Amino acid sequence: MQFMLLFSRQGKLRLQKWYVPLSDKEKKKITRELVQTVLARKPKMCSFLEWRDLKIVYKRYASLYFCCAIEDQDNELITLEIIHRYVELLDKYFGSVCELDIIFNFEKAYFILDEFLLGGEAQETSKKNVLKAIEQADLLQENLDFQIRLLPGVLSPNISSESTGLFQS
Amino acid sequence: MPAPIRLRELIRTIRTARTQAEEREMIQKECAAIRSSFREEDNTYRCRNVAKLLYMHMLGYPAHFGQLECLKLIASQKFTDKRIGYLGAMLLLDERQDVHLLMTNCIKNDLNHSTQYVQGLSLCTLGCMGSSEMCRDLAGEVEKLLKTSNSYLRKKAALCAVHVIRKVPELMEMFLPATKNLLSEKNHGVLHTSVVLLTEMCERSPDMLSHFRKLVPQLVRILKNLIMSGYSPEHDVSGISDPFLQVRILRLLRILGKGDDDSSEAMNDILAQVATNTETSKNVGNAILYETVLTIMDIKSESGLRVLAINILGRFLLNNDKNIRYVALTSLLKTVQTDHNAVQRHRSTIVDCLKDLDVSIKRRAMELSFALVNGNNIRGMMKELLYFLDSCDPDFKADCASGIFLAAEKYAPSKRWHIDTIMRVLTTAGSYVRDDSVPNLIQLITNSVEMHAYTVQRLYKALLDDISQQPLVQVASWCIGEYGDLLVSGQCEEEEPIQVSEDEVLDVLEGLLVSNLSTPVTRAYSLTAIMKLSTRFSSVNRIKKVVSIYGSSIDVELQQRAVEYNALFKKYDHMRPALLERMPIMEKTASNGPTDIVQTNGETDSTILDTKHLPNITQPASQANDLLDLLGGNDVVPVIQTTVPTKPASAGGELLDLLGDLSLTGGPTPTPAPSVPMSQPSFLLDGLTSQPLFNDIAAVIPPMTAYNKNGLKIEFTFERSNPNPNIAVITIHATNSSEADMTEFVFQAAVPKTFQLQLLSPSSNVVPALNQGSVTQVIRVLNPQKQQLRMRIKLTYTHKGSPVQDLAEVNNFPPQSWQ
Repeated sequence: MQFMLLFSRQGKLRLQKWYVPLSDKEKKKITRELVQTVLARKPKMCSFLEWRDLKIVYKRYASLYFCCAIEDQDNELITLEIIHRYVELLDKYFGSVCELDIIFNFEKAYFILDEFLLGGEAQETSKKNVLKAIEQADLLQENLDFQIRLLPGVLSPNISSESTGLFQS
Repeated sequence: MPAPIRLRELIRTIRTARTQAEEREMIQKECAAIRSSFREEDNTYRCRNVAKLLYMHMLGYPAHFGQLECLKLIASQKFTDKRIGYLGAMLLLDERQDVHLLMTNCIKNDLNHSTQYVQGLSLCTLGCMGSSEMCRDLAGEVEKLLKTSNSYLRKKAALCAVHVIRKVPELMEMFLPATKNLLSEKNHGVLHTSVVLLTEMCERSPDMLSHFRKLVPQLVRILKNLIMSGYSPEHDVSGISDPFLQVRILRLLRILGKGDDDSSEAMNDILAQVATNTETSKNVGNAILYETVLTIMDIKSESGLRVLAINILGRFLLNNDKNIRYVALTSLLKTVQTDHNAVQRHRSTIVDCLKDLDVSIKRRAMELSFALVNGNNIRGMMKELLYFLDSCDPDFKADCASGIFLAAEKYAPSKRWHIDTIMRVLTTAGSYVRDDSVPNLIQLITNSVEMHAYTVQRLYKALLDDISQQPLVQVASWCIGEYGDLLVSGQCEEEEPIQVSEDEVLDVLEGLLVSNLSTPVTRAYSLTAIMKLSTRFSSVNRIKKVVSIYGSSIDVELQQRAVEYNALFKKYDHMRPALLERMPIMEKTASNGPTDIVQTNGETDSTILDTKHLPNITQPASQANDLLDLLGGNDVVPVIQTTVPTKPASAGGELLDLLGDLSLTGGPTPTPAPSVPMSQPSFLLDGLTSQPLFNDIAAVIPPMTAYNKNGLKIEFTFERSNPNPNIAVITIHATNSSEADMTEFVFQAAVPKTFQLQLLSPSSNVVPALNQGSVTQVIRVLNPQKQQLRMRIKLTYTHKGSPVQDLAEVNNFPPQSWQ
């Protein structure tokens, strides 16, 4: 996958994940054009389109469009499944996710995406495992004790195993 | 200073803005607050401020002043800070930024952190956007993590390794030892990412590919377990176990099995099993089937399996889900070359897809339909295609029209049908027809001698209806100019001849000259047509008047023509009949695209051996010299291009200029080898005068592949030229296996100083996609010193809209070619 964009029906960007290095200007241009193209599609049209030399796979969930750009050799149908899996993850995490959740908690949406995909490919195919990792990372964030221990130079193996013990189910 | 407002608070506030200006104001205010907070080096709230900055960045506002702050967050010891810091880095600190490299050290430390979630963050960041330098520095760390027993980290390390390899391919070797046990993992995440890593390595290196072939049995086993195992709640998607992993394994199998008999055989069974047992009611199942079909078609599968695959695609075509139909059409397009008959069986379904509402499906269906046209179904298919041309979007019309012309040329059952088809295209989609089809059509019409009267009549009638479509008008005026006498004499056999007088014809042509709808090119055509009629019609005075009027036209081209025609009337009237004679049959030169067959010839087959072809070649050679003089010091070509169409010898250079809109040697003449200028014209005639150009059909010298990259493959076939054994005649065949045509294709070659090289004209400059045709070109190499033949070639073409250029050395010439 080269990039993934989430945008509303009014064309407002809600999430952008780029897996290829492009300048800010190029990203803006691509975003603008692609959003226009996808929004212009009629509801009955198929989820795939050719755009520049990429394949675009998109799907609308309620008021949000999920749009991925994949390469020639990638399987379009499984990309639809990837998009669906991501939505399921968001749904499980936020509990009946809606666009507002993603607007107000965009950083969490990114964290979840980064536990599911890495470098444009799926890193974990089990829903349960992705959610577990997020849950534990969230706990880590809240646990002040833990943060105190992360002082430079204090990297004893004991702490390592303790930490893994605490957080591994 | 009060604490900076919280992220959610900011988001809420900004969303209350009712206008763009109001929003901008809020943002600016907040940015100022954030900036001063950054200046104060406030550690407590840095995280919050960066998060707010990232939100504003997503809205489209500049956020570069936060880059360094992200670095500080990454270096912090708080997990919250790191999380936001890395997120900010991925959004703001891509490899184009100057401060990108400053992350390296932090990432390195975090890769070795005691907490796996921190390690995970750094692996993720590196794997998403690490630059080549960063990858080089940190590859060792990634490799270490690839060997850890912690599956959470191992899977991330695998994908990180993929990124490193993409950025720095030379480092691929480094990861080889770590791949040893990857497939014995039970964890699906690790399995999936490992397969991705193996795929990447195999795609990039043929050595790796052969090395990993031994994994085929293991992969087959894993796949089998996935299918046969019962319900596994963790990986189940609509009743299918881990479809993501299945698809990935199938893709790796495809790469491993391609071109290899043993591997292909080892996977035959499992492919058949997947193809028959997968649930097709949901998209998931179809995704797996799709990947399976792609694999079956690419490897050396047995025919039964291939038929199974095509049938699956056939079923896809009937599926209600248009995504599935789209995917089916795409795959069929890929396989139509190799399994033509099997695909033909689904022709009617494919043609139905032309009527689909979806634009992408229509395009695919159109391309596929053209690929399926053959001598048997041409009439039926053409009816459908013409109907499609009528009703399709303007974006399609140009391609469709070109496709129809090509198909008609190849398979026309009769000349009349051919002309009718062309007429239909010109009248329905006339303005979308490509510019180069006008000369092609004219040539076609000229060569169908018995249809001249019919053609000109139909074109005339079309003109009466509508003069807005330029290609139609141009072809029509040219024909009227040539065959106007047939028109007024009412000689048409094919249909009811119409009664039309000379004046009426001249009215129409003059109408074209004055109409606002006519482009300058069209006007030029009609003026010339009027001029030609001066030898065919009797109303010469009227023509003289028209011509003299345009002698003062503002349009320079028209003015020049009119003045010259005037001169014809005044001073060179004795030459006029000869100059304006009927055009002879134009030889369809090899330079006009892949369709070498049809119209002109029983001759094409025999030209290889036919010695009487020779005089035709020698004549244009001397004419070509004249051409060069005429076009005065052309910086092109000291090397003479031999395939110049035979124009009437009486014409002389000036006429070629006047009637110059007919560029019959399709495409620009390619620039020759930069090596040796052709100082001796005798070299050209050297091999020709005593012997035909291509001597022994029995090519004793084996052909070779000179270049094969990015879908473009160039093969060299050899013949030896008998009169001079030092000359090797090489024919290059360029084919294109990618999905898009390569246009403006130019092949150039250079040889070492001891050789001399001559490049003849290419057959065309478009290499059609999916091996649907080839471009051929003849090279003659003089090798008096019998040295080992080496060549450097340069290829330039346009592919998918962007120009491509490549240089290559060809060193693998078979010894017989130069000994």
